[in-house]
Amino acid sequence: MATTDINSLKKLSSQIRRDIVRMVHACQSGHPGGSLGCVEYFVALYFHFMKHDKSFKMDAQGEDLFFLSNGHISPVWYSTLARAGYFDPKELSTFRFLNTRLQGHPATHEHLPGIRVASGSLGQGLSVAIGAAQTKRLNKDDRFVYVLMGDGEQQEGQVWEAAMYAAHNKVDNLIATIDYNGQQIDGPVKDILNLLDLKAKWEAFGWIVNEFNGNVMEDVVAGIEKAQSLAKQGKPVLNLMRTEMGFGVDYMMGSHKWHGVAPNDEELKKALAQLEETVGDY
Amino acid sequence: MTKFSFTEKKDTRSGFGVGLLELGKQNPNVVGLCADLTGSLKMDAFKKEFPERFFQIGIAEANMIGMAAGMTIGGKIPFTGTFANFSTGRVYDQIRQSVAYSNKNVKICASHAGLTLGEDGATHQILEDIGMMKMLPGMTVIVPCDYNQTKAATIALGQHQGPAYLRFGRPSWPVFMAPDRPFTIGKADKLIEGKDVSIFACGHLVWNAIEAEAILAEKGISAEIINIHTIKPLDVEAILTSVEKTRCVVTCEEHQMNGGLGDSVAQVLARFNPRPIEMVAVNDSFGESGTPAQLLKKYGLGPENIVAAAEKVLKRKN
Repeated sequence: MATTDINSLKKLSSQIRRDIVRMVHACQSGHPGGSLGCVEYFVALYFHFMKHDKSFKMDAQGEDLFFLSNGHISPVWYSTLARAGYFDPKELSTFRFLNTRLQGHPATHEHLPGIRVASGSLGQGLSVAIGAAQTKRLNKDDRFVYVLMGDGEQQEGQVWEAAMYAAHNKVDNLIATIDYNGQQIDGPVKDILNLLDLKAKWEAFGWIVNEFNGNVMEDVVAGIEKAQSLAKQGKPVLNLMRTEMGFGVDYMMGSHKWHGVAPNDEELKKALAQLEETVGDY
Repeated sequence: MTKFSFTEKKDTRSGFGVGLLELGKQNPNVVGLCADLTGSLKMDAFKKEFPERFFQIGIAEANMIGMAAGMTIGGKIPFTGTFANFSTGRVYDQIRQSVAYSNKNVKICASHAGLTLGEDGATHQILEDIGMMKMLPGMTVIVPCDYNQTKAATIALGQHQGPAYLRFGRPSWPVFMAPDRPFTIGKADKLIEGKDVSIFACGHLVWNAIEAEAILAEKGISAEIINIHTIKPLDVEAILTSVEKTRCVVTCEEHQMNGGLGDSVAQVLARFNPRPIEMVAVNDSFGESGTPAQLLKKYGLGPENIVAAAEKVLKRKN
């Protein structure tokens, strides 16, 4: 990938980070920490890797699909979809307000373009993605299905039901990713319910595990490229993507405290001072 | 109206099995998912005929519901199969978020519902599923009464758009509905015309209501028997038309009184035409091991209980 293209992805990432903090500040709720940590992944997927149609058709024949299992990081997805042209970025200002299409957690109920299934109650997205991948196989559609999960979410039993199914049935048109930031609401994952060796666990479940740093755009692009090269060889692929919760805003980084807390006016100012406005605020 | 009789007994789950096979032949988008109960759900024929469209999930019902939701994206029509307990209570949140709230065209097909599951006992005899499913916004809930109607309901679901719950059972049961009798989702089916009392029933208890009608007739009581095979959307018009005439009601179901057909009908009466109602249902209790016949008797769901309920409600009528 050319340096100029990488630079444009980085610029977009900065704008999306501004969108995230402004959105959660405006409604004084929502989840900035995980959203900020996953910006590079969303930007790389939607602006480089995925074949997708912003005019939005639910069935997405011939398109790549993305599912967000950890639905609470909706701000990063909404901003990405808006910046990719699914809807006017101005609508980001309605996030979490009454009558919005941008519900606290993603939903299809209000018909927001880009969303194909509701998420928020954790552990369900991998199953949905596997189902969609099986339908693509039946339809002889060779595009990929991507799904993002949280690391705290790995504590849900359904994740492991789905993991077992995908390996047993060689669902290899699927690329799952874990946002491996080590934090959950109540504290560090290792203190709440330790996942121990997550890589070994997924490998034991029959998956190919691919690791990369999720907060360096070059690494994310190379990591997803590698995941694609590992796919379609009879095994499902899991990206173990190390990120930092709150990445890009210094006072939010390195702690679980900003998992689900909105910045006040002063903190917003401080955050925006660290994030360049590149494409233009909504 | 003709009286109902039967010459053979069959399980309603076999009606589902043949219905699914026929649907599979009609519509290439129909897919079957099963959580390690293919034989019990009578899905073997579909599996054999359409191996590419059959998905063995293993004992992982939550994953099955999530996968079914995902499979609709791209136009498939998933029919999931497992016992009613594992189809609802075990996976309520998966159904709520990934299927109902997301408005996915998933058909949740549930066997071994109610007490007539028999010897397996209360862990498997779910009596709360109708209530759980009917509370979900947009969920269609169907409880057919015999083999032929379960087959017809399964085929009708192939044309239906949106989430649906189809409840059937394990025991051999009288086959009394004509195979060609029309079945329309949401349209109640009047089986016997009467004038003194309206008996609304669903599932296996429709046959018990028919038997009760004969006993009541001998006592000079004219009962109207209506099969409410669709609990949701409820055929309010059919209920009110019957009640306008009879002015009293008995409901019959193999389910808790709380949350079942009876409380749906009671809501209609309370809102539009308050009349006395008696409910033949399980009264806030779990089931237990036993034969289906023993259990129906012990828990008060037999024809004699329906007769007693009708006589009681007639005394309250004015």
